Amino acid sequence: MEHVPVQNVAGPNLVGAGTGNPQIGPLVKPPAVTPAPQIIGARGLAKTYPNGQAVFAGVDLDIRADQRVALIGSNGAGKSTLLKCLIGLLPSSGGEITTLGERFMAAPSAAQLTRLRRQIGFVFQNHGLVGRQSVLTNVIQGKLGLPGSWRAWHQSLARQEWREEAMAVLAEVRLADKANARADQLSGGQAQRVAIARALIRRPRLLIADEPAASLDPAVGRDIMRIFSELARDHGITLVYTTHDMQHALDYSDRIVALKDGRVHFDRPTVRVSLRDMDGVFHG
Amino acid sequence: MVSLTSPPPSSRVLPPPRLPSISPLSFTVLVVVGALFIASMGQVAPSPEKLANGLPRMAELVGRMLPPNTDPGFLQRMGWRILETLQIALVGTVFGVIVSQPMGWLAARGISPLGALRHFPRALISLFRTVPDLVWALLFVSTLGLGAVAGTMTIVVDTIGFCGRFFAEAMEEADKKPQEALNAIGANRVTVLCGAILPDVMPTLINSSLFALEKAVRASVVLGLVGAGGIGQELKVAFDLFQYRNASAIILAIFAIVLAMEFLTDRLRAKFQ
Repeated sequence: MEHVPVQNVAGPNLVGAGTGNPQIGPLVKPPAVTPAPQIIGARGLAKTYPNGQAVFAGVDLDIRADQRVALIGSNGAGKSTLLKCLIGLLPSSGGEITTLGERFMAAPSAAQLTRLRRQIGFVFQNHGLVGRQSVLTNVIQGKLGLPGSWRAWHQSLARQEWREEAMAVLAEVRLADKANARADQLSGGQAQRVAIARALIRRPRLLIADEPAASLDPAVGRDIMRIFSELARDHGITLVYTTHDMQHALDYSDRIVALKDGRVHFDRPTVRVSLRDMDGVFHG
Repeated sequence: MVSLTSPPPSSRVLPPPRLPSISPLSFTVLVVVGALFIASMGQVAPSPEKLANGLPRMAELVGRMLPPNTDPGFLQRMGWRILETLQIALVGTVFGVIVSQPMGWLAARGISPLGALRHFPRALISLFRTVPDLVWALLFVSTLGLGAVAGTMTIVVDTIGFCGRFFAEAMEEADKKPQEALNAIGANRVTVLCGAILPDVMPTLINSSLFALEKAVRASVVLGLVGAGGIGQELKVAFDLFQYRNASAIILAIFAIVLAMEFLTDRLRAKFQ
């Protein structure tokens, strides 16, 4: 496995740079490169199904704040399983995970899982919207699981600030005019944008998306990925998503982690990944 | 090239038998059930002579029933009884439907917070459903006394038996994807129920509730026969006192009520589809 660390550069690189005053030249210091806070860390992570089938083993990952990470691999490579293990939704079979400061071995404790869920937004391939509810209700339901959120199960009961917040995130995904429409009357792309809004209203530190564009046509899929990528960057959210679309991974991530044969095949900044590398993941 | 002529006998593939084979056990069961049916028919089915003898008596009874009594005093009394019948049906159904929702939730596989203990509410729902409504009415008349309250309680129990099962099945078949999405963010069971399951199964719940109301109107008509209030009580009195013209008026009123209720619930069902 090839692992190239991806670091975020925090703060100004040069003191006084850009001030237009050459007199402060002697104060120039070496670049202060500080790694951004860790969001997900995994050491020797393994997963084996109860029937003995190994999904992956020896997975090491270090995902830092504000990164947009694409997890790629062919069907059955274990991308979704890895994603679920990393956030404690599935127990792992070996190794250690530290996600959003919560360290656990196989599975997080109930208290850890509650704390994790409060900081994570989810978007699923099938969007998981409640079809017979309005778009606004679906978005507000993104607040469920947060403290004092029992009123979030329907927009008519929700606090006014949540309703306004929901309208703001709907505007960000360009669906404010559909707030009153029923979710089952939306197109696939619109439904996925509502799912993104539902994830954003939680103000998550980490946004997890499992094949968010897999069931959409290519143009709509690209649109969804672009919205995802831009919103994650604008809100300072770490984005980790699975995809088997090479172009989506190349266009909408800072870093690509490729899974193949139950191992991390490569883990590099996206600028250092070629189409040939990608082809090797799926066909090599 | 593939030849379409008959293959040589050695490589011929035989088609499956025309009829499925039957095991000795299945054959024995079939024979026993057939014998039981034939033996029972001789004892309880009406013979042609019996039917022929009964027809003139039926004609005579119908003759004594006509014309139906339209005396204003009687019609007014019947009107109050019909109103009471509808009240029993409506109040009993509404309470029954309200109680059926948590009962159905507790009994639903994969959703119930009780885990394996969900078999208890399920068994209770089955008990409510399998014991006939007239038996419940007798029990409530014995414990609560004669009148409409016993009838209402009977309809409540009958509705829980009917709706509890349908509600549980509907919840089990509700779309799992929204539930998974809400579970993933840490929503508790009650909010998943209210936010994802109930909206998804609402058409089924409304349909079942309307069927229950229709069923309750029919049931509340006969509950009066055992003293549990409603128009049935008036019908029993009419037959007991040989007031056949009163009885025919009541039967026509029952027919009109049930028909009107079916029409109304059909329209409502179509609206909520």
